[in-house]
Amino acid sequence: MTKPKVAFFDFACCEGCQLQVANLGEALLDILEVIDVVEFREVMSEKWNQSFDIAIIEGSITTNHAVERIKEIRARSKVLIAYGSCATIGGVNGMKNNYELKDIRQYVYQEKAEFFDTIPTRSVPQVVNVDYFVNGCPIYPPEFVRVLKAALAGLPYHVPDSSVCIECKLNENVCMYERGLSCAGPITRAGCNSWCVNNGNICYGCRGMVSNPNENGFKAVLEKYDITVDLIMNKMNMYNKCREIK
Amino acid sequence: MGRNIKVNVEYLTRVEGHGNIVVNVNDGVLEDCKLEIVESPRFFEGMLRGRSIFEAQHVTSRICGICACGHSLASIQAAEDAIGFKPSDQTIRLRKLLLHMENLDSHLLHIYLLVAPDLLGVKSFVPLIDSHNKVVRRALRMKKTCNDVCDILAGRHIHPISSIVGGWTKLPDEKALDAMLTYLTGMIPDLNATAELAASLKFPDFQRDTEYVALVSDDAEYPLLMGDVGSTDGVRMNKKDYKKITNEFIVPHSSAKHAKLSRDSYAVGALARFNVNYNKLRKEAKEIAAAVGMKPKVTNPYLNTAAQLIECVQSLYDAIDIINYFKEKGIDHSEAIVVGLNEQKRIKVKAGTGVGAVEVPRGLLFHYYEVDDKGIIVNANCIIPTGQNCNNIEHDMKKLVPEILDRTEEEITLALEMLVRAYDPCISCSAHFLDVRFVR
Repeated sequence: MTKPKVAFFDFACCEGCQLQVANLGEALLDILEVIDVVEFREVMSEKWNQSFDIAIIEGSITTNHAVERIKEIRARSKVLIAYGSCATIGGVNGMKNNYELKDIRQYVYQEKAEFFDTIPTRSVPQVVNVDYFVNGCPIYPPEFVRVLKAALAGLPYHVPDSSVCIECKLNENVCMYERGLSCAGPITRAGCNSWCVNNGNICYGCRGMVSNPNENGFKAVLEKYDITVDLIMNKMNMYNKCREIK
Repeated sequence: MGRNIKVNVEYLTRVEGHGNIVVNVNDGVLEDCKLEIVESPRFFEGMLRGRSIFEAQHVTSRICGICACGHSLASIQAAEDAIGFKPSDQTIRLRKLLLHMENLDSHLLHIYLLVAPDLLGVKSFVPLIDSHNKVVRRALRMKKTCNDVCDILAGRHIHPISSIVGGWTKLPDEKALDAMLTYLTGMIPDLNATAELAASLKFPDFQRDTEYVALVSDDAEYPLLMGDVGSTDGVRMNKKDYKKITNEFIVPHSSAKHAKLSRDSYAVGALARFNVNYNKLRKEAKEIAAAVGMKPKVTNPYLNTAAQLIECVQSLYDAIDIINYFKEKGIDHSEAIVVGLNEQKRIKVKAGTGVGAVEVPRGLLFHYYEVDDKGIIVNANCIIPTGQNCNNIEHDMKKLVPEILDRTEEEITLALEMLVRAYDPCISCSAHFLDVRFVR
């Protein structure tokens, strides 16, 4: 049996998620036993001009050229996986959408602003159909392996739609609200094993919002700790601004 | 009639981010020689405006996955400088440890996965899995060790969690110190094997004298986290003068801004640090330098990779020293601090401006912030090592191409790709960058 042809592509992003894959260490060699990586620009010079069994996409779509490129990749791919916050929900690149494009280009590149093509940031599923999602900034390696296995076996994978709080409680962390801080955990999708809170920091909402947040319960929490909805929404907009694009 | 050569490498591979190399030789005369940075601009400086200074390191670490720790450390330094916060000695030592782990990790990635395939005549590390299985396993093992140490220290390497403005949200306990020490001392045999491999590799011979810029300090330590900015042309300036150091200008073919100091261009990175601070390298690192035959001033840019190896040794042993220091002195756990958005006003904030200048794997990185009295960012500026190197790379290419015009187009292309790769460019960082397009 020939091994499935897999390609990695990146769009606007920090390339941290592909590094998370490289950081699997020698386990990476086990993965390479079962797949045939045909294109991966950051670590390979080889290129492939035929179809892909699986295309793994990192980064968000921020230029007209990128829109055409992702459509072309989609057309050549049987299965498409979006991984990392930039690809799955727009991620930090979405913060650009807080500003008028003209203004932000001008701010960074001044009089040369017109050299640089840019469009409002969109996540990959806002441009093409996506079959599997690996959320998070960066991706949580065990989840990536789980999704890749599912994709190879043709089985479904659903990103957990419960809140980070559930995992956080199981990890016996002291609630950040109890420590006098605001945290995006109550409205953010689980699946990261409450990574940030385990390390003493707050949740920034990198895995995207749960589809049906307990709004009243959360408002009660904010009220109890005297935290404004605006502050939390501003925090959520760090990763989730692209959700406003219909 | 002279030769016409057009090189056009679109989307240069085995570099971080997107760039092209364009070379146009008409009738034997070099007409055009550019490193085009085509990375989509991401506007980080613009996005930071209006956000809390306490979120800056979280956002800016996302500029780059390879040097996430470096970005967050430069960001934290600039933020603390702006609001007038002085970090503790313990905090600074642990930050140095984090920076050593990142430099080590990033250099290993570059040496083994990005450069070695060129020197061994293959297209990527993938064929090496069969031909050099032990070497590939060693590379992946060492990289994983760096990551495991970062996991213990900062939650993870890519986008560190616990290193924040004000200090650390989590501090290593005795068990964590022991675990990090076991990982790092366990890496020494692999690093020795790496040094032997590197000493056997043959780097291309090419010389171009340039100005090398790096952090300098008056103490005995090889400076990475703190110091003034110095150069091999005798410059010494305070980091506050970062604009006078980098003198950035915009060129149409690059979403990375270009930089110059005392000459047409300057270089930052491992080779620059080696040239500026050779005397401060520890004995183990100097031994490796002697083994690969390097003594300052080294003016062959291809040897940046060898300088990275020397720095790997420096960072590994320095990291071990830091951990041993804490094993002896103990960690003051009362310093652990969770700040969030500073809702509890645990850190005093004042309006001001601040600069962070940190030696990250690819060279000197500057962050600058201006904050208001509520700690909200009014202005931000990030000057990236690769951005500073772009101009120097183009000047290298302009000298190199006429010297190798007798070679085939494939050989010229490879020489240029290897040149750019030697700088270990980080294009997503700089785009504010690599493909070679020969135009023949």
